[in-house]
Amino acid sequence: MLLLMKLRTVIALIAVFAFFGITAPNFLTIGSLLIVGKHVAINAYLAIGMTFVILTAGIDLSVGSIVGLCGIVAGGLLDAGLRISPLHLTIYPNVVETILITLVVGALVGVFNGVLVTKLRVAPFIATLGTLYIARGAALLISDGQTFPNLVGRPELGNTGFPFLGSGTIAGVPFSIVALVAFAALAAYVAARTPFGRQVYAVGGNERAALVSGVRIDRIKIIVYTISGLCAAFAGLVVASELVASHPASGETFELNAIAAAVLGGTSLAGGRGSVGGTIIGAFVIGVLSDGLVMLGVSSFWQMVIKGSVIIAAVVLDQLQGQMQRKMALQAQIG
Amino acid sequence: MNPSTDHPVVLAAVDVSKVFPGTVALDKASFEVRSGAVNVLVGENGAGKSTLMKILAGVEQPTSGQLLLDGKPIRFPTPRDAAGHGIGIIYQELNLCPNLSVAENIFIGAPLLRYRIDIDGRRQAERAAELMRRLEQAIDPQTLVGDLRIGQQQIVEIAKALAEDVRILIMDEPTSALSSVEVEILFRVIRELKAAGVAIIYISHRLDEIMVIGDYITVMRDGRVQARAAVADISIPWIVGQMVGAMAAVAAAPDSHADAPPVLVAENIALASAKGGFTVDHVSLTVRAGEVVGIYGLMGAGRSELFECLMGLQPDATGSLMLAGKSLDGQSTAQRIKNGLAMVPEDRQSAGLIGPLSVAQNLTLSSLWRFVRRFALDMPREKKAVHDIIGSLNIKVSTPDVEITALSGGNQQKVVIGKSLLTEPKAILLDEPGRGIDVGAKAEVFRTMRRLGEAGLAVVFATSDLHEVMAVADRIVVMASGTITADFPRAAATEDALVLASHPRTAAAAGGS
Repeated sequence: MLLLMKLRTVIALIAVFAFFGITAPNFLTIGSLLIVGKHVAINAYLAIGMTFVILTAGIDLSVGSIVGLCGIVAGGLLDAGLRISPLHLTIYPNVVETILITLVVGALVGVFNGVLVTKLRVAPFIATLGTLYIARGAALLISDGQTFPNLVGRPELGNTGFPFLGSGTIAGVPFSIVALVAFAALAAYVAARTPFGRQVYAVGGNERAALVSGVRIDRIKIIVYTISGLCAAFAGLVVASELVASHPASGETFELNAIAAAVLGGTSLAGGRGSVGGTIIGAFVIGVLSDGLVMLGVSSFWQMVIKGSVIIAAVVLDQLQGQMQRKMALQAQIG
Repeated sequence: MNPSTDHPVVLAAVDVSKVFPGTVALDKASFEVRSGAVNVLVGENGAGKSTLMKILAGVEQPTSGQLLLDGKPIRFPTPRDAAGHGIGIIYQELNLCPNLSVAENIFIGAPLLRYRIDIDGRRQAERAAELMRRLEQAIDPQTLVGDLRIGQQQIVEIAKALAEDVRILIMDEPTSALSSVEVEILFRVIRELKAAGVAIIYISHRLDEIMVIGDYITVMRDGRVQARAAVADISIPWIVGQMVGAMAAVAAAPDSHADAPPVLVAENIALASAKGGFTVDHVSLTVRAGEVVGIYGLMGAGRSELFECLMGLQPDATGSLMLAGKSLDGQSTAQRIKNGLAMVPEDRQSAGLIGPLSVAQNLTLSSLWRFVRRFALDMPREKKAVHDIIGSLNIKVSTPDVEITALSGGNQQKVVIGKSLLTEPKAILLDEPGRGIDVGAKAEVFRTMRRLGEAGLAVVFATSDLHEVMAVADRIVVMASGTITADFPRAAATEDALVLASHPRTAAAAGGS
């Protein structure tokens, strides 16, 4: 019974696959599965970073805005270049440089969050809520509210190739899915097998005890927010690349989908419990559910109701599992 | 004294069993609660005391058997029903809201109302102040509970139970965080309650206390009632014998280490108090290799704070600390641990254990750097270290992968100690290492401490238990009001001298060698 509870997200995933496989005739074709995979990938990048943050009992509400900001940064660099006003000079970085600069921007926003949470003792919810507005505002300021419409690049400027992130393939598999697999494997390894990963769990499980045990709390927290910022920057790049355009409003409410995936995957908002694998499964449940419902022609209004219900059901099951485990712990104590 | 006429049975559990899937927590246990008397319940952790109390308080339902109140069968489906029949309980774990004031906490269950609408804060404060006077505490009812020391919080917990008129009062280890003065006050209150006809159920691991305050004693072992007696007819060795079946004690002669090299040298450690003055008042302490030093003192003497200063957990601490000839000044807690200093904190739940992690993950948390190969953890090596320490500390656990919360208090404490030992420390600080664990586990913990001393570590432990410090330490240091008031080799220490030195007012006159 407990095993069934523990595997509930996997069971839910199999159930949604089976359901749409039967009801939506074209659902279980390679083509449509790859599309679903690409949709899931965007949310999964964010959810992986979010998982690390939530494991420390934090939250990162700013990731959706970082997606928007980083899309604009990359779009601006490719489309308009880097203008150095005093010299009346405009530099066009190549695609690799653009990607690196964008990732650094995302990471710096994460560091900002981490410093707010640790050194300035702002509650994670508030700190990242503030960053949510700041980063979104920055994206609008940089682009003046406009879209950068053409990210294909120009051969004469040497900055072509950006669309590969969103629409390129490796051996027939979309790059974004390959990146997801690599990302997930790396993150799962870091979480389960490195001292850093173990300490992330410890900070969320009992911060005071972790401190007394010699865990450098502030360092761990700054790193997890930085990871989250990096993941969001990467998601921003992929989103902009897929559309071959970047819009400052891109990524709105993405943070909620990321939190939903992590929670659905068994990550406890209280910290200390959860896994990258669970989060990936959670992201797939959400992604398959939304795409499947679209294919069935369910109205988008109903889709929202269904998605919300699934999230609540997941948390209720989580509580039930917690109760079962506590009961078993109690037994063990008495025995 | 004739039990049946002087102290009639008010509440009885008859052949009560409690079965959890897979385990029998209580096996046909019968327990009589006599009014106007202190009914003591003892047993090792996991013997079934807490389950029995939870059944009496309506928190758990018995699987079979029944409860009799005034001779009539009764059921308590919820804690409210039990409370409605005048049964109060003081839990071992504090159930207070740190964000509310003392008065608000005391009346949280049944607030005093004005016109049955809003809370009458003034009347609550007055009643709370009355209770504090009765308990001889200078605690302002408006103080936030979170600002109180643990001992004072326990007093508030006791006041909470006294605020309601109880016929039967269950006290689960009420003295575990109290100083000897506070214990005396509690005992006086207990005697008053007894005289008023209240039945007290008293659970404690401190056997000497039981001999002082108890009237009837019931010993539990493995979910069954092992023995019953009037306290007047028995002795401490009898109780221990009934509890564990055999005497468990630390038999060790104190050693002199005057020639050994100093390992831990603390000089002028000071920590200013928010209320003015010093919580730790320029303390200097040298501990030599192989020495086991006991710091005896009351709650609030500054023992825990001294340890926190040494571990780098108090950013405002001043003074200097050398460990094995190397200065640790200005280092973070993490660096100090790496350099060979370890601490077992006082409060196991809040500062010792990481709830969601497994026993194995808790054990290696402080020493992960020892198991790193390139970037990752060397899992087989980690597993082996966990296996070895579980064996050498005799931690009772089915597999190291179970969550730490599944273990009994004594085994949890061994895990916290194991965590510090895996860092391969040169000096180890243990804050109240015997608190809240049963006699058997306590003896094992103290034997481990002696063994560490023999292995050449500098061992320092803080305690408010005279017998502990007299039984385990080579040298006894007494603290009061943040300063060291006496320093004896164990052979020269007497209980009287220690007690005298531990009281802030008398300490100046006591001194030591």
